[in-house]
Amino acid sequence: MTVAAPQRPAAGDARRSEGAKAERRLAAWLCAPAVIVMLAVTAYPIGYAVWLSLLRYDLRFPQEREFVGLSNYLAVLTDGYWWSAFTVTVAVTVVSVAIELALGLGLALIMHRTLFGRGTVRTLVLIPYGMVTVAAAFSWQYAWTPGTGYLANLLPEGSAPLTEQIPALAIVVLAEVWKTTPFMALLLLAGLALVPDDLLRAAQVDGAGPWQRLTRIILPMMKPAILVALLFRTLDAFRIFDNIYVLTRGNNGTASVSILGYDNLFKAFNLGIGSAISITIFICVAIIAFLFVKGFGAAAPGSEPEGRR
Amino acid sequence: MAVVATPGRKAGWSLLNLLVIVYALIPVLWIASLSFKPTSSVTDGNFIPRELTLDNYAGIFATSQFTRALINSIGIAIIATALAVTIGTMAAYAIARLNFPGKKLLIGVSLMIAMFPQISLVSPLFEIERAVGLFDTWPGLILPYITFSLPLAIYTLSAFFREIPWELEKAAKMDGATPAQAFRSVIVPLAAPGVVTSAILVFIFCWNDFLFAISLTSTEASRTVPAAISNFTGSSQFEEPTGSIAAAAMVITIPIILFVLFFQRRIVAGLTSGAVKG
Repeated sequence: MTVAAPQRPAAGDARRSEGAKAERRLAAWLCAPAVIVMLAVTAYPIGYAVWLSLLRYDLRFPQEREFVGLSNYLAVLTDGYWWSAFTVTVAVTVVSVAIELALGLGLALIMHRTLFGRGTVRTLVLIPYGMVTVAAAFSWQYAWTPGTGYLANLLPEGSAPLTEQIPALAIVVLAEVWKTTPFMALLLLAGLALVPDDLLRAAQVDGAGPWQRLTRIILPMMKPAILVALLFRTLDAFRIFDNIYVLTRGNNGTASVSILGYDNLFKAFNLGIGSAISITIFICVAIIAFLFVKGFGAAAPGSEPEGRR
Repeated sequence: MAVVATPGRKAGWSLLNLLVIVYALIPVLWIASLSFKPTSSVTDGNFIPRELTLDNYAGIFATSQFTRALINSIGIAIIATALAVTIGTMAAYAIARLNFPGKKLLIGVSLMIAMFPQISLVSPLFEIERAVGLFDTWPGLILPYITFSLPLAIYTLSAFFREIPWELEKAAKMDGATPAQAFRSVIVPLAAPGVVTSAILVFIFCWNDFLFAISLTSTEASRTVPAAISNFTGSSQFEEPTGSIAAAAMVITIPIILFVLFFQRRIVAGLTSGAVKG
């Protein structure tokens, strides 16, 4: 990339617009590969998925493929499996993100304030982030398998938590929380670093206790960081797949919407229904993002590159 | 804040630090313990194995099912990382340094992709890749990996690029350096940490992926380790593949953990730069 710094001539409109034009041309060339790849692998397929979702298209009976309008969506939305999966997904998302926020905040405070061993703590806390989700999920699965696992053996004889809905979902939440709390904590830690120490000291002098300092100063000042972290994690949790696939395969009422979409595609081979589920999930995610950005005023990351520094 | 390190405070922080360390390590130590247990005692439920063996490791490396998947994982992740970082560097340079219409749109689109539910792409990509012959090939996985890691690369890189003192380049040229020299000996060293950071994050993303790996592959030709592990079966139908799965999980986990520990500062900076600094 032997690119000279863009010219910014001091005088002459013609030269300036010439420079601006060259700058635009260079920018277009530099951005083209990224834009082409992103559009080719997302925009085109998602358009194709919309089309597939309007077809009756069962891979076992490909000759019966025909246009059926919105009836796939009707089938999905009037089906108990979708609403069960939707409820599970929302429940897992809300519970795990809430726990992550609380734990992440605690972890961020520890990393920010601890008197010693700060480097060790900050380093080790990245281990859950680095461990492959599937590997970690197997670790949790074996831990809770009766006979094999150190955790399952703490339970009363004969209980198999992974085969019952609520205990299994609790383990899914545990695996999810373990894996992603460090990420949450790091985002919050960056926000925490922006809270000026002077302000906290002044509050302390004025007689504010630790709890008041947290709720009246630290949390309000961290609001932008908290909202971004929540937005990221909520959208990420909503598409939960790996942990549930390994821990329960979605059995016993533990399937998430992503698992449901996967099963319709690769177990039922129904591309029409599978695509309708995919598009419905996409719409759900868009609604969540919209609510966060418009409703809570979460600044979309990167949306105002110059403004917030 | 001036905090006095009384013995009580010290003990309190030690306890908290210890809790964090235990929290981070337990699942890793458990899978390690399982991977070293012989078949006879793998279901004994002890956290610390009574006897140690390397049989599980020898076992998985003796099968092409695992070694082939390991090669796929490494190859696919490295190629996808190289391409995503190259393409991302170009776009991030434009975003950080140039004025052009549609910059906001580009940032918005890549943000949307970062939040995109991958499952929504699985069904159309499955159809398209089967039609054009990319299904169950390396490029068939590399393409979606590049796409989903580009937003990450663009964010971290443009955040880094904005911090670079670009005037140094001009100064070098004034001192008589050619543009190529100025670029090579001034800009490259300044930009390298950002590029390395985003490469690490992208590599971890590709290495970790499971959904695309089980959906867009069907044979050893391109199945990566996470997908292969979930297909492991025991050596007989009465035997659970616990030991083999644990050993395979260790093999793909340990390098990443070492990596993460080594590049800790960079990773923290990269993970937070995109989100907080914008």
